[in-house]
Amino acid sequence: MPVIEVKNLTKVYTVGEIKVHALRGVSLSVEPGEFVAVTGPSGSGKSTFMHIAGCLDRPSSGEYFLDGKDVSKLSKDSLADVRNSKIGFVFQGFNLLSRTTALDNVELPLLYMRKGQGNLPKLRAKQRHERAMKVLEQVNLGSRYHHFPNQLSGGQQQRVAIARALINSPSILLADEPTGNLDTRTSIEVMGIFQQLNREQGITVMLITHEMDIAEYGTRLIRFRDGRVVADQKVVHRRNADEELAALPPPEPDQIPPPEETKPAAAAAH
Amino acid sequence: MTIRIAFKALGRNKLRTMLTMLGIIIGVAAVIAVVAMGTGAQAQIEEQIKSAGTNLITIFPGSVNQGGVRGGMGTNTRLTPEDADALRQLPEVEFVSEMVQTRTQVIYGNQNWNTSIQGTSIDLPSIRSWPVKYGAFFGSDDIRGATKVAVLGVNVANNLFGEDVDPTDQQIRVRNQIFRVLGVMTSKGAGAGGMSQDDQVFVPYTTVMKKLTGMQFINNIIVSTRNADDIPAASTSIASTLRARHEIPEGDPDDFTIQTQEDLIAARTQQTQTLTSLLTGIAIVSLVVGGIGIMNIMLVSVTERTREIGLRLAIGARGADVLLQFLIEAVVISAAGGVVGIGLGWSVSEGLRYYQNLPTLVPLNSVIISVAVSAFVGIFFGFYPARKAAGLDPIEALRFE
Repeated sequence: MPVIEVKNLTKVYTVGEIKVHALRGVSLSVEPGEFVAVTGPSGSGKSTFMHIAGCLDRPSSGEYFLDGKDVSKLSKDSLADVRNSKIGFVFQGFNLLSRTTALDNVELPLLYMRKGQGNLPKLRAKQRHERAMKVLEQVNLGSRYHHFPNQLSGGQQQRVAIARALINSPSILLADEPTGNLDTRTSIEVMGIFQQLNREQGITVMLITHEMDIAEYGTRLIRFRDGRVVADQKVVHRRNADEELAALPPPEPDQIPPPEETKPAAAAAH
Repeated sequence: MTIRIAFKALGRNKLRTMLTMLGIIIGVAAVIAVVAMGTGAQAQIEEQIKSAGTNLITIFPGSVNQGGVRGGMGTNTRLTPEDADALRQLPEVEFVSEMVQTRTQVIYGNQNWNTSIQGTSIDLPSIRSWPVKYGAFFGSDDIRGATKVAVLGVNVANNLFGEDVDPTDQQIRVRNQIFRVLGVMTSKGAGAGGMSQDDQVFVPYTTVMKKLTGMQFINNIIVSTRNADDIPAASTSIASTLRARHEIPEGDPDDFTIQTQEDLIAARTQQTQTLTSLLTGIAIVSLVVGGIGIMNIMLVSVTERTREIGLRLAIGARGADVLLQFLIEAVVISAAGGVVGIGLGWSVSEGLRYYQNLPTLVPLNSVIISVAVSAFVGIFFGFYPARKAAGLDPIEALRFE
């Protein structure tokens, strides 16, 4: 069963008197374990597609099956529940809560979990901390759980955001320009995390980017133009982040001190 | 769960939370302190009036309803000892005392003291439940003979003879006449008027009328009933007796005023309540201003945290979750401000009592009302910003710069 299956998806915005056709009949499906890169110029409809795929928005017409369930006509609250349980978001701007530890940031989606929803049972505070620690370790940030976002580098912040996206065991990880705010080296690092999660845990990833070289970290490339899918192909020369990282010169000592030199910023382990 | 989220959000901006609370703190503290002062003053007045006894009736000459020039020929607008004697016959009445006052200097040796001379009947200690400390009160022979005897208030005794000295059988001079001291009253403290009741000299009323002032009339009559429940019946009997004696035609107003302790309390209470409600009004205005402060900050907070709200919505918060979060934040600010305000108001009222000697009392209902009002202020002024936050579109909110 495909994770995402959309049929004839359209989206029309009415701006004043003018109707803007953001999507003009998009049909595609994403199988579990795929690493799909969605690309296209601005105004191509890839963001609109991402919003609908992420259940942040509803299509004007067409069908959308997420995990085999039709979500195209759900109410606002039901969509919120679907987002909480089935979708992990990673944004360009990280969107971490400031003055909140990495651990608390990662735990946030668990606080909005509703009974009987999603892939996890309802957790107690201790279990939430344990689970948050586990996903932080998956993104190699286990030692930084008590740091505040402003004590972390951009790459580390994005890894916290990825951990937050993973905490509810979502069916799909949706990454919207995740490297847009990062330099080349940390971009490769972050893409390495996605590739690792995809390869080792079979997590389905959908990456939205306008940078072709970033798109090539995926296994499949979908190109949007004028609200339509104009290309949908396998990535021929797939890039491997780990190898590229190894080939790069060692990083300059950055401004973030190593973990043993920083004091815990707050009593994070409650 | 949402409560935890709201608390964490408040903890992230402690200074602003504190400053917002300040408006409510000041408002509630003002309410508590003002009400404490009002209630304290009222309690003190009641205490003073009740210390005189609740089964008392005072009869004054003249009508309270009298407005403008009135009083026809042949109407007796004075009270006489005969009026008091008539009241002694009433079944509801237990004790009666004619009251005549004058003010003069009393002298003992080289000490002198300017005080109030109070002429009474022998019943005064019984009426006021006021025993003597030294010696004895005068008796009916002294009334009949208008003898020159005096019972001193404790202040007067202290001033003339010194503290804790028994002056019985000493002689004092009042208006160049020699009076024998019969005894000293126990201390009674401040009376209904706020003046010390211990700064008086008691002599037979006949002595005041015949030896000191030459007055034909008495200033007022005080009467005590057997118990407080007899007051209404006694008032009615007193009124009809005096109307008959003064030959007041049916329909004409009384030429005297009957004042019970209840009347006195009511009149005093009225005065303090007017002042208290005025000050409370001002305090409530400051509470509302505090509430507007909360609304202002919450609106700023919603705008400032648009991206946070967008993120919360994106990761699965429902609109209701966000609404509740912001509402709880507002209520926590206002309720915590209310609690701190109660503490502050209470401290102010205690401080006023210790340093300014003002009678203050923080009533429980003002505490409960303050908490309720401040929580309500939080809900009322927090609702609009919270609804604004909950209504945000997650896509727009995430894009917000």
